[in-house]
Amino acid sequence: MSPRFEPITGRYVNCGLLGEPHRLYVEEAGSGIALLCLHTAGSDGRQFRGLMNDQRITKNFRVIAFDMPWHGKSSPPAGWQDREYQLTSRDYVDLIVGVADALELDRPVAMGCSIGGRIVLHLAYEKPERFRALIGLETAAFTAPYYDLSWLNRPDVHGGMVSAGVVSGLIAPTAPAAGRWETLWHYMQSGPGVFKGDLHFYMVDGDIRDRLDKIDIKRCPLFLLTGEYDYSCTAEGTLEVAKRTGASATIMKDLGHFPMSENPEKFNGYLLPVLEKIRAL
Amino acid sequence: MLETIARVVNADDKLVRRGRFVDTTFLIAIDDADTMIRIQEGRVTNVTPGPFITPDYAFALRASREVWEKFWQPLPPLGFTDIFALVKQKLMRVEGDIHPFMANLLYFKNVIAAPRQMKQEEAKR
Repeated sequence: MSPRFEPITGRYVNCGLLGEPHRLYVEEAGSGIALLCLHTAGSDGRQFRGLMNDQRITKNFRVIAFDMPWHGKSSPPAGWQDREYQLTSRDYVDLIVGVADALELDRPVAMGCSIGGRIVLHLAYEKPERFRALIGLETAAFTAPYYDLSWLNRPDVHGGMVSAGVVSGLIAPTAPAAGRWETLWHYMQSGPGVFKGDLHFYMVDGDIRDRLDKIDIKRCPLFLLTGEYDYSCTAEGTLEVAKRTGASATIMKDLGHFPMSENPEKFNGYLLPVLEKIRAL
Repeated sequence: MLETIARVVNADDKLVRRGRFVDTTFLIAIDDADTMIRIQEGRVTNVTPGPFITPDYAFALRASREVWEKFWQPLPPLGFTDIFALVKQKLMRVEGDIHPFMANLLYFKNVIAAPRQMKQEEAKR
């Protein structure tokens, strides 16, 4: 019997990002239109394995997920031990464009979730010419802090456990246990302070409410998908973005803040029609 | 409702194990009705209904009866599925020394949601 390999391949790419050399971990599967996937805060590209293992998606799309610097199997930059990681809008946009360049992707589709769902709004505003289309999962223009973020990185609380504890409620109560706990496992494995550093973008620096009206979806089509149980990026928040930008939005039943990893089968059912629209562009 | 917490938690070996380092007392307030819950090594060892004159507890969760009743439904309505959802909507206050709560968040979320399981069992009967 031959090994039961999945169609996903993982490699490391060396590239310069934000003025420093980086070694990034990148996974991909499929062929066709490049679909660059952006994981949530404090997690990594493994969240997208449900897409990469779905032939209905990979027959027409080259699904690519990279672990952001500091996340997953991508290293933090040299000298990280003396820094506090803090993601800004500027760095996040530059990082995504830099990775697309390093991978020599020509106008990929970018699809991000949570912080990734926020940054696609920044990409739509700043870099529409660089993308064929943008897909925002769990997108809102802003989320104010609703708990004290300092709990996420202090020596007397396990950072992985508290991060998983914080996000656990964002998963739909109807999600299968395996998807729920795999999603949480990724959070438990995050490096110290990384989730908190990402949330600086999500809850402070990444507020794009004042620029929403300037997003031109004719320059780059924008699609929004949000799980009904998400109380962080709420359905109302997504519909407000849709109203002000003209983007199409769908509120997904029985899904929460991590649709692609908490319940991949259900999520792919919502994603496939969007991908068909993108193919027809 | 709260008196059921001890039975549900203590019967759940996996939950008790998750909380095996927890040793604290916390308070649940339903409107103005306070109840203190004592946890030792992950087991609920005392559930004491108020009123109290000088209650001694680490942290408290306070919400209206209406909010708690929605939260404790077996499948709560949207926006009532998690403590943090309630806190974000300012429907619940979590106050005091919340260190044990945050350090054992997955444990406490299950302990506090335990009455859901009672309602599920009632529904089956």
